[in-house]
Amino acid sequence: METDKSRKIVIAVIGRDQVGIVAKVATVLAENAVNIEDISQKVFSGDVFAMTLMADITSSSLDLPGMTEKLERALDGMGLKVALHDAELFQYMHRV
Amino acid sequence: MTNFTSDEIIETVGMIASQKLDIRTVTLGVSLWDCSNPDPAKCAAKIREKLLTSADRLGPVAREIEGIYGLPIVNTRLSITPLSLVLPSTEREAFVEVAKVIDAAAGEVGVNFVGGFSSLIHKGETKVDEALLDSIPEVLSTTERLCASVSLASTRTGINIDGCSKMGRVILETAKLTAKADGIGCAKLVVFANAVEDNPFMAGAFYGPGEPERAILVGVSGPGTVLRALEKLGPGGNMGEVAETIKKTAFKITRAGELVGKEMAKRLGVEFGILDLSLAPTPAEGDSVAQILEELGLARAGAPGSTAALMMLNDAVKKGGAFASSSVGGLSGAFIPVSEDAAMIRAAEEGAISIEKLEAMTAVCSVGLDMVAVPGDVPEETIAAIIADEMAIGVANNKTTAVRIIPAPGKKEGDRVSFGGLLGEAPVMPVNRVSARNFIGRGGRIPAPLQGLRN
Repeated sequence: METDKSRKIVIAVIGRDQVGIVAKVATVLAENAVNIEDISQKVFSGDVFAMTLMADITSSSLDLPGMTEKLERALDGMGLKVALHDAELFQYMHRV
Repeated sequence: MTNFTSDEIIETVGMIASQKLDIRTVTLGVSLWDCSNPDPAKCAAKIREKLLTSADRLGPVAREIEGIYGLPIVNTRLSITPLSLVLPSTEREAFVEVAKVIDAAAGEVGVNFVGGFSSLIHKGETKVDEALLDSIPEVLSTTERLCASVSLASTRTGINIDGCSKMGRVILETAKLTAKADGIGCAKLVVFANAVEDNPFMAGAFYGPGEPERAILVGVSGPGTVLRALEKLGPGGNMGEVAETIKKTAFKITRAGELVGKEMAKRLGVEFGILDLSLAPTPAEGDSVAQILEELGLARAGAPGSTAALMMLNDAVKKGGAFASSSVGGLSGAFIPVSEDAAMIRAAEEGAISIEKLEAMTAVCSVGLDMVAVPGDVPEETIAAIIADEMAIGVANNKTTAVRIIPAPGKKEGDRVSFGGLLGEAPVMPVNRVSARNFIGRGGRIPAPLQGLRN
């Protein structure tokens, strides 16, 4: 189990593929002291973009709802859905 | 920290975003032992204070947790010690007075339901129980959030037929007093065999006498997630593969609930009681247990084969859940309410499912005849007999069964009733009119079956 000291989150962005999605997400995270640890992205059937990303938010002053809001604002009008979850949820659901 | 694959992440995000995986309810159980007082005004004041201090942070903490895990918590609710054990009064009016105060307190702390306007009369009534039962129609027609439940039978005690008979009357009276809303009062009233003391789901929740001071009881739900997993498996999967798929999905749903429950309890400084992994449908398309039965290959719920399919579903849900959490409790299985499940409504409208088939199905699922609308002119002894039948299934099979039946005033077979919101709408189902009057009229108690003698 993780200690309280390090907090990991999972971000998923799904929607219409276009130039600059990863750049925008990465910029928001960098500006808020969030360290990206793992990133994976793919474009399906020509135009559906899906990205999943794991990051460490231990040094960030933002909480998850705050960060969701910033990301949503950065991607506003681009036809994308952003979901942020504490990584513990995935740990619980996918690992025994 | 383990790294997760993109597929795992996308799967979970999809479960939440499009398959309606959610925490259906976080119910705070609050013991009211210390609020007992024969004076209804004093008793009500104590209860009010206890509920306000216990639950003032319930809603805000639920919002916090939603924000962290990105998992919706649909309802926050309260369950309380059965009121018959808290208010030692033999006056019907005393119960009405206290009920109104509880209803208002629930509104103040922002919960949408309080369960526990309850009596445990599986072996017989006390004078206090009598007063509480007599007050039910008025309480359910004049309060908004209070839910009533009555324990009428258990494997250890048998079936209280006098109680069934009385509840037949109470249900009809409640329907009459809420006639303008199709008898909606009855949607807040459940009778049980082998009642569960830590059930987080309404309307049957009450906080049992053996429970600690306070505890978090979580109800997770995800018929939509199970449905999607089965769609992915396709029509070619055999029964073993189907059961395995359901089990794996139930495991993931349960784990999500356990995480939320533990974190809620920690932040509220109370015990984590149980996790109830029931598949509870909502009227939303796709969030349906009956649709799972259709996906398994039945043209409609109610078709021959429905009982077998439901047995497998219920069992696989339990197996997946039991592996996922050491705190599984409550009802934990599949619910088959009629009005709250879009595909069940369709089945009832087309005549594919009858009350008799529903009754058979309740022998293998986690609850009973639930949200079934019947004509308003069904005699009280017929309602009592329907209840007695359902109690018998629970008692003989050592399981919980329940009845939540709505005799819709002025409505007849084939008419529609509409309750709105999560309670949904339903066609009025036909009832077998052959009389049970003399059977119910015998009164007394059906003795405990041999299954009850287990020591």
